Amino acid sequence: MQAKPLALKILDITAVLLFAVGAYMALVYAPTEAVMGQVQRVFYFHVATAWVALLGFIAAGVTGVIYLVTKNMKWDIVEVAAVEISLVFFFITIVLGSIWARPIWNTWWTWDPRLTTAAVTELIYIAYFMLRQGIEDPDRRARFGAVYTLVGAVSAPITFFAIRLFRTIHPVVIGSPSAEAQGGFSMTADMRTAFFFNLFAFTVIFVSFFWNRIRMGQMQARVEQLKLKVMQ
Amino acid sequence: MFFQETTPDTSGYMIAGYAIAFIVMAIYLASFVIRNRNLQRDLETLESMDKEK
Repeated sequence: MQAKPLALKILDITAVLLFAVGAYMALVYAPTEAVMGQVQRVFYFHVATAWVALLGFIAAGVTGVIYLVTKNMKWDIVEVAAVEISLVFFFITIVLGSIWARPIWNTWWTWDPRLTTAAVTELIYIAYFMLRQGIEDPDRRARFGAVYTLVGAVSAPITFFAIRLFRTIHPVVIGSPSAEAQGGFSMTADMRTAFFFNLFAFTVIFVSFFWNRIRMGQMQARVEQLKLKVMQ
Repeated sequence: MFFQETTPDTSGYMIAGYAIAFIVMAIYLASFVIRNRNLQRDLETLESMDKEK
């Protein structure tokens, strides 16, 4: 395996620094919201992780299409990387949302359209790995995985637009708010700065993880190849 | 909410939220490093076995 490229090393360090600054902005720099109190601060990580996760799920769908067209295994590696990282980030999104909901909605969970579509999306991608685990032939596994992510990618925009299309209590902070929304708020300039900074920071963190995970996938493929060669 | 006069103390929820977010990210990062190290070891072993063959 080749040594880590300098650009990736720089990206890793930048991601760590941005994460630290993003956490500072969310926990210290942004003002405390008057109605919800400190719990509103989870919003900065909640939205940022959701943003990169949904982007990753769509990226996985796109790479799935590219794999189906080209049949090149490197796209399968990219697809797996996108799904794995997005799954972790989306889990954080759901947990943070649930923790926020407890004092604001007086419940950890409710079957609201946004929460339901988010849970379905997470489960779809957990099942993706279960599907892959059950198929031994690498080509067949990649083909099934590509088709699955293509179908699964539909759930990402549905989750994103759920609060804009359906009657929901989930707040729409960016764009027109829903009349039924509970826990919505208007962002001050400092809140907006912290919010957009975290969106940017998590995008860089995602790219850093993504690149590293692709490299790991390539190493995994090389190990599998060598195993077959040595066993022959 | 309409008759609320002071900002409620919800800091416990905030701390719990961020603690979980940091822990999940730390676990993922640790799994990343461990898997990478194991793969590196496997690769070195297999490459030496392949050369000996």
